[in-house]
Amino acid sequence: MDTQVITEKEPVIDTAATSLIRLDHVHKTYQMGDVEIHALRGINLKIERGEFVAIMGASGSGKSTTMNILGCLDKPTRGHYFLDGQDVSTLSKDELADIRNRKIGFVFQGFNLLSRTSALENVELPMLYLGLKPAERLKRATEALEIVGLSQRMHNMPNQLSGGQQQRVAIARSLVNQPAIILADEPTGNLDSRTSIEVMDVFQQLNEERGITIALVTHEPDIAQYARRVVVFKDGRIKRDERIDDPRSAREELESLPMIEDDEEDDE
Amino acid sequence: MNLWGTFRIALRALSRNKLRSSLTMLGIIIGVAAVIAVVGIGQGASASIQAQISQLGNNMLYVMSGSANQGGMRGGAGSTATLTAEDADAIERECPAVRAVSPGVRANGQLVFGNQNWSASSGIQGANEKFPDIRAWPVVKGEFFSEGDVRTAARVCVIGKTVEDNLFAGADAIGLTMRIRNLPFRVIGVLSTKGQNQWGQDQDDTVIVPYTTAQKKMLSITWINQVMVSAVSASATFTAEQQITDLLRQRHKIAPNMDNDFTVRNLTDIAEAADASSKIMTNLLASVAIVSLLVGGIGIMNIMLVSVTERTREIGIRMAIGARSGVIRRQFLIESITLSAVGGIIGVVFGIIASIVISRTLNWPTLVSPYSIIASVLFSMLVGILFGYYPARKAAALDPIDALRYE
Repeated sequence: MDTQVITEKEPVIDTAATSLIRLDHVHKTYQMGDVEIHALRGINLKIERGEFVAIMGASGSGKSTTMNILGCLDKPTRGHYFLDGQDVSTLSKDELADIRNRKIGFVFQGFNLLSRTSALENVELPMLYLGLKPAERLKRATEALEIVGLSQRMHNMPNQLSGGQQQRVAIARSLVNQPAIILADEPTGNLDSRTSIEVMDVFQQLNEERGITIALVTHEPDIAQYARRVVVFKDGRIKRDERIDDPRSAREELESLPMIEDDEEDDE
Repeated sequence: MNLWGTFRIALRALSRNKLRSSLTMLGIIIGVAAVIAVVGIGQGASASIQAQISQLGNNMLYVMSGSANQGGMRGGAGSTATLTAEDADAIERECPAVRAVSPGVRANGQLVFGNQNWSASSGIQGANEKFPDIRAWPVVKGEFFSEGDVRTAARVCVIGKTVEDNLFAGADAIGLTMRIRNLPFRVIGVLSTKGQNQWGQDQDDTVIVPYTTAQKKMLSITWINQVMVSAVSASATFTAEQQITDLLRQRHKIAPNMDNDFTVRNLTDIAEAADASSKIMTNLLASVAIVSLLVGGIGIMNIMLVSVTERTREIGIRMAIGARSGVIRRQFLIESITLSAVGGIIGVVFGIIASIVISRTLNWPTLVSPYSIIASVLFSMLVGILFGYYPARKAAALDPIDALRYE
């Protein structure tokens, strides 16, 4: 109970220029019939602006629950979550929807693009809910697709795109409202190794060149090596939190790979 | 997220599954088309009855002297001498709902011309110069008698077509003189053909004379049998009836607890009974059609529920990306309203076509009013809201995490 006493002393809005993300004694319990499942048992985590963090752990370790809370899709049972200085653990459903819209970009394992909707329109979707004018939406969506290298594929439907291309559309979609953080949940889980490296390259470029904060959930240790910090979850607690001094560079690896036929760029 | 944006999303979602959308709309289309056609037939029937009503005269009422039941003695209407021409004048002067009035005097008698004689089955009627207007019964030949003829009790008459055919053997009767109860009358006009009345009586078998002539020269009476009244409009006949009753009770000094010594008969009453029964029939059929519209609505709900389940993942994506649940609800609600409204509009078109086909092939009069079109489109939209609300609420209540995980 003492954790609550401590947290209640915290101001609701952190006015100081603090961490981008701060989880403060976050607990999450699920009620499954008569059984209480403790998914998170007091997580303290800070992510600073511009970081590239990989979150690892076995299934059931609490990493997905943490992702859901970080993504404002779920609320902690106890404890506080400060995003950009704002305590979002007390917000209503609609307020959380607005936070997701403005501050968080999602990239999923299954891409989660709207089917029978062009790449461009998929990327425009978050701006639609933000209420931007069509001209502004088109401009920003085009830019985002250029950043991920898909300007030639704007009008293709998702089923006309390869897995890697679909994931890049999803990344463009996550970028387009200029979020505080991109949350990527197993983004390479459905991709082959080369395409995985390509997607990781996109993330690394966004992080290094544009300073975009990225949190990436993965269970593949070699994918985590592209990040600059690894947080390992086990049994609802953080087991390890360490810096990677010399992360893998996706760009260098791609250059050293033999040039196979690049079906992602040229097929029609 | 404005309404137009949501509408476009809804429209796109519907166009993605065209066959399903059109089958769903079919229920509404059939329902609305049925409503339009049935109401069209009903209103057509109503209009033709209304035409019959107006043929009876211009919103006509009759005031008869003598109540049907007076002081225990049952005398026929018109059998007592209580109505006068002054009553008729007073009605015209003092009842705002009354447009025109003519006193009426009934007489019988043999009509004689040369060696022919004829007894008019509809009798000899005394009236004033407003008779053609009140009865909506113009002359086709010659002219009607004038106010001066009425004032001077002139011996002129206007005859019906049957009288002309029989007494004058089809010859032109204008200007000829015939004898009524042995008095010479000059024929100055022939009335247009009116045909049989509701009771099968030949209305053209009649002679019209100035009522003053009938009173003074034929019957030697000072009273009149009836007053023919034309109200200002069809809907005013009831008001007119009331005003006339009040006025005559006052003029005849009838105490509040006494029966009237006159009878007001509203001719529109009878015709309106016929109209009412056709309206009941229309309402009955229309309610059957509305039931089919509701069944169409249930079809919409069914498809929307399937659609919400199918698109669970899409809903999850939209929510994760920042759609508030209200926006999701609106999107699905607009989808169902669009289905029902578009179905309604197509249904209106089919309904109009159906009623045209019905009136051509079955020769039934049909009348599709703009009112029934607007009402059925609005009603179908209401059906869309009603049956779209539950699926839309279900979509909005989804949890984004579960929805994203849904396979």
